[in-house]
Amino acid sequence: MAKRYVSIWFRYLTTDWFTLRQPPLKTLPFVLRASEHGRMIITAVNAIAEQQGITRGMALADARAMIPSLQVLDDKPDLSDKLLNRLAEWCIRFTPVVATDPPDGLVLDATGCSHLWGGDIPYLQNIINKLYIRGYHVHAAMADTIGVAWGVARFGNTIVIERSKHIDALLHLPPQALRLEPEVVERLHKLGLHQVKQFIRMPRTSLRRRFGNHFMMRLVQALGQLDELLQPIEVPELYHERLPCLEPIVTAPGIEIALQQLLEKLCARLQREQKGLRKAILKCYRVDGKTELVSIGTHLPSHHVEHLFKLFQLKLATIEPALGIELFILEAPVVEDHYPQQEAMWQGTGGLHDVRLSELIDRLANKIGIHTIHRYLPDEHYWPERSFKAATSLLEKPTTYWPDTPRPLQLLKVPERIDVSAPIPDYPPMLFRYKGKVITIAKADGPERIEQEWWLQQGEHRDYYRVEDEAGNRYWLFRLGHYHEKIYQWFIHGFFA
Amino acid sequence: MSQQKADIFAGLQADILRLQGFKTVQNTVLESGLGPLKYAFPNATFPLGAIHEFISTRPEETAATIGFLNGLLNILMGTNGAVLWISSSRMLYPPALKSFGLSPDRFIFIDVQKEKDALWALDEALKCSALTAVVGELPHITFTHSRRLQLAVEESQVTGFLLRNQPRAVGTTASISRWYIKPLPSASIDDLPGIGFPKWKVNLQRIRNGKPGTWDIQWIDGRFVPVYQPSFTLQQTQQQAG
Repeated sequence: MAKRYVSIWFRYLTTDWFTLRQPPLKTLPFVLRASEHGRMIITAVNAIAEQQGITRGMALADARAMIPSLQVLDDKPDLSDKLLNRLAEWCIRFTPVVATDPPDGLVLDATGCSHLWGGDIPYLQNIINKLYIRGYHVHAAMADTIGVAWGVARFGNTIVIERSKHIDALLHLPPQALRLEPEVVERLHKLGLHQVKQFIRMPRTSLRRRFGNHFMMRLVQALGQLDELLQPIEVPELYHERLPCLEPIVTAPGIEIALQQLLEKLCARLQREQKGLRKAILKCYRVDGKTELVSIGTHLPSHHVEHLFKLFQLKLATIEPALGIELFILEAPVVEDHYPQQEAMWQGTGGLHDVRLSELIDRLANKIGIHTIHRYLPDEHYWPERSFKAATSLLEKPTTYWPDTPRPLQLLKVPERIDVSAPIPDYPPMLFRYKGKVITIAKADGPERIEQEWWLQQGEHRDYYRVEDEAGNRYWLFRLGHYHEKIYQWFIHGFFA
Repeated sequence: MSQQKADIFAGLQADILRLQGFKTVQNTVLESGLGPLKYAFPNATFPLGAIHEFISTRPEETAATIGFLNGLLNILMGTNGAVLWISSSRMLYPPALKSFGLSPDRFIFIDVQKEKDALWALDEALKCSALTAVVGELPHITFTHSRRLQLAVEESQVTGFLLRNQPRAVGTTASISRWYIKPLPSASIDDLPGIGFPKWKVNLQRIRNGKPGTWDIQWIDGRFVPVYQPSFTLQQTQQQAG
């Protein structure tokens, strides 16, 4: 079967990307710069700046002299490669064979694909439109050889070269369209050869002698006399399992069986690849065209069928089968590396490292919500409310020590005002009134002064006292601020064991 | 002669416990820390893999109860344990656990809103044998629910502690024991001013297959210290009874 190729040229690949990130740049001339031999060189130019005469490779100082209002951004190394790879993965929807064509193009092997879009022209227009909507300036062309498609995309003005017309199309193109080295192009122009048709009929031996092997290779590749190999990108395979059902499923046991089968298949694959899933989605396609979704998340990557099944089981009740489910799809959108531990050694020891504990946390998080689960680590603050912080994971280690100062076991969320009679300033109170009861203090420790951290919060310091009443109840009281006449406040903040 | 008799009685008592299906997990760790309390427990070992219930009515008592519980956890947890703390109205201040020799970062707190969720979480957690203990602050619990929890711990051998703060009614539960802990005035050390070591009146109101009692206990330097030494009389009563 005759081959068909599409070449896509992203004329402003990197600048388009910057425009997408920062929409105000759309109407401004801007360039990307990189340092080269101690000079700032322009590496990419957007359309507006190009119209005003700025080109790639120019020194930034020259360009600034031409357009004082020029916007300059730092180029990112490898950006164009990354973008091309991402776009190539996206283009896999048009053909199974997509290759990147650095620095700014893609090559698609479109053999036998275009009829699905209703012909070559709609196919190509579809590609161009979709990329344009994504925000990229693209030129694309389709031809029998990669060389001609490449040349027409960049130098031609048609988009589709019909079958076996590629040589005719090549004739009117300039020599650059053959993907030649700049020196060879310059030499051709010096010789007055401004179009391919001027030299294509010359004897091959003299062309080879004058312009070299590379030139000849490009020429025969464009003519289709030498096959050119593409290196298609590899699209990562999704973690995705399907289970179509002969009869629509309506019962809960049916759904559970389907889920079990899907999980077993998926987990077997995950286990082979030493991966574990962090997130999974079960999609149930119903006969009436609606889709029911349930998703779960795990704390650590897991490929443990039983555990994942339990997590799903908590949510299966939310699935409404209605008239029946005809297709189940299980997807794992987030997958991480998971290396098996030496389980025999550690099993039964318990503690935070135990897999069974993280599985319990998963179950709790999926049923009640992750926001209800807390673990605390010490934080370097003396202020009681700030002296600990929430840990982000089960295994996060404390970065500092827990303080050894006496602290109450029960702490009121908000300190409560109390009425106090204190004998002398800076002495612990003799008695205080809390919730309508007068509590006489028998023993006291303190004060422990805790200052506000002014860089976090403004306010008065607190003088804390540990006090014990005659019955043995122990409290944590504090006075806010210094003792002044009638301008001080006492609070109760906690209860000691 | 009386010694022989006592041995026979002790043997028979152990047989009765065994025939009743009562299993004790041998835990030498706990025996060392409990002092006179241990003679209250069946076979003189603190029963693990069971639900213990603590009742308090005032916040001061709750603090004392948690203090005593932390003492137990300190002995239970060892170096590698993890504790799950389920509560719907938690006032526990994590850094304070340090004063009982516990590492607060080995506690996982589950703060649920609904009682139903708390019960479910408690049930799930008690089935997870990776945990040393599970603490549930759950004031109201029915007999059926407590039975469920008891069944869960029998399987997994996790120890559960129920903190019941201001329960509507104390009621009957399937827990193995029921404790009331009240704060006592701390003894001053060498007549120094200020507050001494925490001191509590520990009232073990009910214990299955054991002997209820009341003790005054202090927490000094990371272990329980009875205020007076009733061990002599207790051992005697033990011998007389058994």
